[in-house]
Amino acid sequence: MNVIIDNSDLFLTGFKNTGILFAISAFFALILGTVVAGMRVSPAPAMRAAGTFYVNVVRNTPLTLILAFFALGYPKLDLPEISFMNAAIIGLSLYTATYVSEAIRSGINTVSVGQSEAARAIGLPFMQTLTLIVLPQAFRSVVPPLFSVFIALLKNTTVAAGFSVLEAGAIRAYLSERGEPLLPGLLWVALIFVVLVLGILTPLQRYLEKKWRVAR
Amino acid sequence: MTNPVQAPALVELKAVNKHYGPLHVLQDINLQVTKGEVVVVIGPSGSGKSTLCRTINRLETIDDGSITIEGEELPKEGKALAALRADVGMVFQSFNLFAHKTILENVTLGPIKVKGVSKADAEKQALALLERVGVGHQAAKLPAQLSGGQQQRVAIARALAMKPKVMLFDEPTSALDPEMINEVLDVMVELAREGMTMVVVTHEMGFARKAADRVVFMADGQIVEEATPDEFFTNPQSSRAKDFLSKILTNG
Ligand SMILES: Nc1ncnc2c1ncn2[C@@H]1O[C@H](COP(=O)(O)OP(=O)(O)OP(=O)(O)O)[C@@H](O)[C@H]1O
Ligand SMILES: [Mg+2]
Repeated sequence: MNVIIDNSDLFLTGFKNTGILFAISAFFALILGTVVAGMRVSPAPAMRAAGTFYVNVVRNTPLTLILAFFALGYPKLDLPEISFMNAAIIGLSLYTATYVSEAIRSGINTVSVGQSEAARAIGLPFMQTLTLIVLPQAFRSVVPPLFSVFIALLKNTTVAAGFSVLEAGAIRAYLSERGEPLLPGLLWVALIFVVLVLGILTPLQRYLEKKWRVAR
Repeated sequence: MTNPVQAPALVELKAVNKHYGPLHVLQDINLQVTKGEVVVVIGPSGSGKSTLCRTINRLETIDDGSITIEGEELPKEGKALAALRADVGMVFQSFNLFAHKTILENVTLGPIKVKGVSKADAEKQALALLERVGVGHQAAKLPAQLSGGQQQRVAIARALAMKPKVMLFDEPTSALDPEMINEVLDVMVELAREGMTMVVVTHEMGFARKAADRVVFMADGQIVEEATPDEFFTNPQSSRAKDFLSKILTNG
C-alpha cells in the first residue's frame, strides 16, 4: 500500500494521462472508424479503395512504429509542432480506427440487404441509407467487438510511455528512479487497469447491449 | 397484343438484357405499362421475375436496352436516381420494414427525409395511410411486434406515403401464412381500383383475375406470353405456360 500512497502524485498524473489518451483517442477512433467503414461499403470504387488501403496499411503496422513516426519522425518534417501527448493521441486514433472500422463493417454485414434496399427504394441516397438505416442497426450488434477494441486501446496507451508521455505505463520507470521496489508498483498499475476495465468499460458495454438489444 | 398503346407508357422497357455472369437472366425484354394499368408477372422460379421488377427502380442495373419512366431514362446513380426511386414504390416479399424504427416512423421517414415534409404533416398523412391499410392502432409498435400480414400492409403504406407514380410488388404474399394473404391482397385490389399503376409479381390467380389488366408470363428470362387474365388462365398459348399453369393449379 505504501508504494501507491507515497507516490500518489505519480499514480494520479499517470492515470489521468492514460484517461485522457484513452478517452480522446477512443472518440476520434470511433468517428474515423465509422467513416472508414462507410467508405468501404460505398458505391464509389475510389472510396472503397481508399478505405481498404488505409485499413490494410495502418492495421498491419506495429503500433510502436506508428507512434514513433508521430513522436520522432513527424517533428523532423516542416510542419506545425505537436506535443508528445497529441502525437500519441493522433497515432492511437489512427491505429485504433482501423479496428473500429473492421468491427463496424462486420456489424454492417449483419444488417440484411433488404434494409438498405428498402431505404434506397423510398429514395434515400447512400449517405442517409447508411446513417439512418444501416449504421444504427449495425452498432447494436457491434457493441461486444467494439469494446474489445477499446479495451485493447486502453492497454495500448501504455506504449506511449516509450515516447515521453507520463501515463500509467511510465509509472514503473519513474518508480525505479525514486528507488521504490518494482514489483508492488507494477502490481498496482496492473490492478488499476483491471479495475478500469471491469469497473467502467464492462458495465458500459453491458448497459449499451441491454439498451440496444435487437428486436427481431 | 391486347393493349395497343396509345398514351405514352408510364413505364417502358425496350430491348433490356441482363446477365449474371454466364446466366442471361433478362433476354431482350420489351414491356410497356400505361398509367393506371395493373400488370401481373407470373412464371416459374428463376425465370427472372424479381430481376425484372427490380430493374424498374434500378435496384438491379441492366447491361443494355433502355428503361424509361414517363419518357425519362432511369438516372444511372446519385441524387437523380434517388429522386426517381421516390416516385417508384416497392413492396418486397420479406417486407423489409426498418427494424429499429416504429411503424409510424417507417411510414414518415421517406416523406420527411426525402420530400422535406414537416414532421407533423408526415405523421398526419402516415396515420391516415395506416388507418387505410387497417393497422392504425399499431403505429407506436416496432415491426417485429406485428404479424407478417400487418407488416406487409405497413410496407404498402410506407410506399404509398411517397405518393409514387407506380408501385412494384415482388411476391408480396409469398412469405405470409395462408390466413394473412387475403388481408394484403385486399389492400392491393383496393389500390388497383383507385387507379394505381402496378407491376405485381405474384402467383395469386385470384388477385390476377380480380385486379389485373394484363398477365405477363416469363420463362427462362424471356417474356413468353402476354394476355388478359381471362385469356391467359383459360387459354394459354405457349406450351411453357400450359405446363406452368397445370402445375400451379394442381398444387392449389
Ligand atoms: N445476385 C445474383 N447473382 C447471380 N445470380 C442471380 C442473382 N440474383 C438472381 N440470380 C439468378 O437469376 C435467375 C433469376 O432470378 P430471379 O430472382 O429474378 O427469379 P424469379 O423469377 O424471381 O424466381 P422466384 O420465383 O424464385 O422468386 C435465377 O436463376 C437466380 O438464381
Ligand atoms: Mg423472385
